[in-house]
Amino acid sequence: MCLAVPMKLVSREELKGVVELSGMRREISLMLLPEAQVGDYVLVHAGYAIAQVDEREAEETLELLREALAGEEA
Amino acid sequence: MNGFADPRLVRTLARAIAAEAEKLPRPVTFMEVCGTHTNAIAAAGLRRLLPSHVRLISGPGCPVCVTPVGYVDQAMALAEDPRNLVATFGDLLRVPASSGSLEQARATGCDVRVVYSPRDAVDLAAANPDRRVVFLGVGFETTVPTVAAAVLEAEKRGLANFFVLSGHKVMPPALEALLADPALRLEGLILPGHVSVIIGARAYRPVLARYPIPAVISGFTPVDVLRTVLELTKQVVEGRAELVNLYGRVVREEGNLTAWGMVEKVFAPCDARWRGLGDIAGSGLALRRPFASRDAGQFAVTLPTPREPAGCRCGDVLRGRIDPPECPLFATACTPDTAAGACMVSAEGACAAWYRHERFAGVA
Repeated sequence: MCLAVPMKLVSREELKGVVELSGMRREISLMLLPEAQVGDYVLVHAGYAIAQVDEREAEETLELLREALAGEEA
Repeated sequence: MNGFADPRLVRTLARAIAAEAEKLPRPVTFMEVCGTHTNAIAAAGLRRLLPSHVRLISGPGCPVCVTPVGYVDQAMALAEDPRNLVATFGDLLRVPASSGSLEQARATGCDVRVVYSPRDAVDLAAANPDRRVVFLGVGFETTVPTVAAAVLEAEKRGLANFFVLSGHKVMPPALEALLADPALRLEGLILPGHVSVIIGARAYRPVLARYPIPAVISGFTPVDVLRTVLELTKQVVEGRAELVNLYGRVVREEGNLTAWGMVEKVFAPCDARWRGLGDIAGSGLALRRPFASRDAGQFAVTLPTPREPAGCRCGDVLRGRIDPPECPLFATACTPDTAAGACMVSAEGACAAWYRHERFAGVA
């Protein structure tokens, strides 16, 4: 029930936003995340954006893991 | 961000866990308290990647599963009144009431609508001005802000016919109740990622200060969950008990203050009953006074004496006392198609996840 999916905010008008995932678009509310900017990845739960996804943090995490993998394979 | 499901990284992490687990002085049990974790762990088959002395169990993390039968009875009674239109998330539809379910009520002509978002229920109120639209508010901190926002939207749109039957619950008091139980043997907690998005890492600090235990805020991909298990294992090996946030791409220390502020505007803490855990002080949310006119609990309904299904051990499953196959009804009298208990109904219930994904995996 706490399922939430990262989607890209492609447009917004006041507190109404449009998000996109794999070519599918959906209208959501930005009432809980008014600071969201067009172009952000936002986490969407039950029709509301609830968090901005920190893409840099995500990439750094993966980079660290890939280094560990490379270390193993070396 | 597909890298979070990269099989090579999954293998690397599984090997790292196996190496770390060699150093464990004893077998360990880690509990997740989020139905989305229950489902993610089972669907990805992650238990099969772990050494046998690292065990993962589910706690009271499925909102539908911890909702007591009395709430479902109340929802049923409201649905049977033709003045009411009941709007609900799909998860609740097939949960057994003392007699029947909302799905059966709908089949006999009651107006029960499944919505994807509480906003859809507000739209139903606008489209049906002569009906009372009752939204069944079930869910933890992830979901509560969306219901609070819907209540505020109904206020703004002047829709006096939008009501909420609040069965909402919050996680920290339930964690405290679990950790205070001397019968529970647990070496670590996998904390719910999306609840944490809202309440922040800081919400767990008081409980974890009173009951120190390794605790990791976790995402939901296989890579996320295995990183969490590795961190918990390391903490046990090194004798540490710390709160670590491994879902930093969306979880901040303070959470989503806008969302939680909206919850505090609309709801106030109250005592609540949990299936399996009983009554827990301050673990529920009731509509605050300015919004009390929207509380569907005000509509007088005749209720049966709440009756849990005979032989069902959902309560013990939710406390982490047994794994689903240890229930005598599991996969015999109780299957997803003939569910006796809530944990087999919801896709996020431990019994349903176990039935669908691990029944033949030889893990019991």
